[in-house]
Amino acid sequence: MHIELTPQQKKAQAMCKEFAQTQVAPSANQYDQEEHMPSAIIQQCKELGYLGALISQRYGGHPLDMITFGLINEEIGRACSSLRSLLTVHSMVSYAIQRWGSQQQKNYYLPRLATGEIIGAFALSEPAVGSDAKSIETSAHSDGDSYILNGQKKWTTFGQIADLFLVFAQTDGRISAFLVERETPSFSITPLTGMLGTRASMIAELHLQDCRIPDKNRIGGIGFGLASIAASALDIGRYSVAWGCVGIAQACLDASLDYTSQRQQFQTYLKDHQLIREMITNMITNIQAARLLCLQAGYSKDIGQPKTVMETWIAKYFASTNATRVALDAVQIHGAHGCHINHPVQRYLRDAKCMEIIEGSTQIQQITISEYGYQTQSY
Amino acid sequence: MADIHTKTRDFINHFFPNVTIQDDQDIFTMGFINSLFAMQLVMFVESEFGITVENEDLDINNFKSINAIASLVERKAGNAA
Repeated sequence: MHIELTPQQKKAQAMCKEFAQTQVAPSANQYDQEEHMPSAIIQQCKELGYLGALISQRYGGHPLDMITFGLINEEIGRACSSLRSLLTVHSMVSYAIQRWGSQQQKNYYLPRLATGEIIGAFALSEPAVGSDAKSIETSAHSDGDSYILNGQKKWTTFGQIADLFLVFAQTDGRISAFLVERETPSFSITPLTGMLGTRASMIAELHLQDCRIPDKNRIGGIGFGLASIAASALDIGRYSVAWGCVGIAQACLDASLDYTSQRQQFQTYLKDHQLIREMITNMITNIQAARLLCLQAGYSKDIGQPKTVMETWIAKYFASTNATRVALDAVQIHGAHGCHINHPVQRYLRDAKCMEIIEGSTQIQQITISEYGYQTQSY
Repeated sequence: MADIHTKTRDFINHFFPNVTIQDDQDIFTMGFINSLFAMQLVMFVESEFGITVENEDLDINNFKSINAIASLVERKAGNAA
């Protein structure tokens, strides 16, 4: 076994790090406070090709292998989790269309998603339904060559600015997926503010009231909305979030190394206190472990191994819970400075906690991973 | 054909080692299939047998039994040849 990034992967990571640290990180606290992602930053992501990272060149994309895609998510996440969440949801929609869309859907949507002309958003959660996705209440009834959609979606990341929504609805007791365009009549969007973390991810609530969606905008077979469309999109989302969590934790470590090297208490630098050293050691070790789990999941994705699905669950579980632990320690190390709105470590903590809730909560992951353990116990 | 059956059964038994499955048994009625397994089953079929499962192949009838999966693989492989 040989774990080493290729020169191309290292170059892509270095380029992204340069962009993220010079163009994004310095203003990330401001984005967070204003609960808004400036279009200029999104434009830069478009120009760098990040919005076409999972789209084939055939459709105008800038395809990256899954390891490189992960590294990009780490570096963007290290600077700003809200911006990383744009890559997450846009990539989920792009991936779903490329994987399961009709040729017509691919030809029509993918080139525009690849350039960022349109932004994609993933609409599964509802006011009353989160983890229990089978119980979504949004309905879709067949009516001639269309479906009539009714219901509400909530917590839709970048829903405020998205142009294309991957919406899941019940069709006669089975869940199907639909591509809903922003300008669809009777489709409306309400911005949601006041979130704990990823506050600049421009979350929205979606309202569908007798929305007529042409049958050609149904993606995947009837009843395969969860098993294929949502499951594969969420696998990509989980993978992106896992890497983003490595980025959050790395940012916490970066800040903690700097602070403890400069701050003195009791006539000595913080870094020379052994209890601080313990926290730094745990950060370094667990960040490296999380990164290795992400690399393993990415490698299995690149070679098409089914085991990548569970590896991604494990990577996301470990990376997200670790990010919260690391961020808690980073705030502790920074003392009152770390509790102030102007310091990034408080943002890292708030963002990290949200990562334990999205794309499979910590508890759902514990259930799923342990179930897998019991299933395969005697194999 | 027998090879497809054996490999598919081995894959299913990797996740559900205590389950005995007949070739024509509907696995979706056995109560242990979830979306996570379904996704891995599709990936297995693609990586193991070198086919691409397309949108139009997403029909429960293509995945409901070992026989159905073998038929899908043979049909797709035949089309590709």
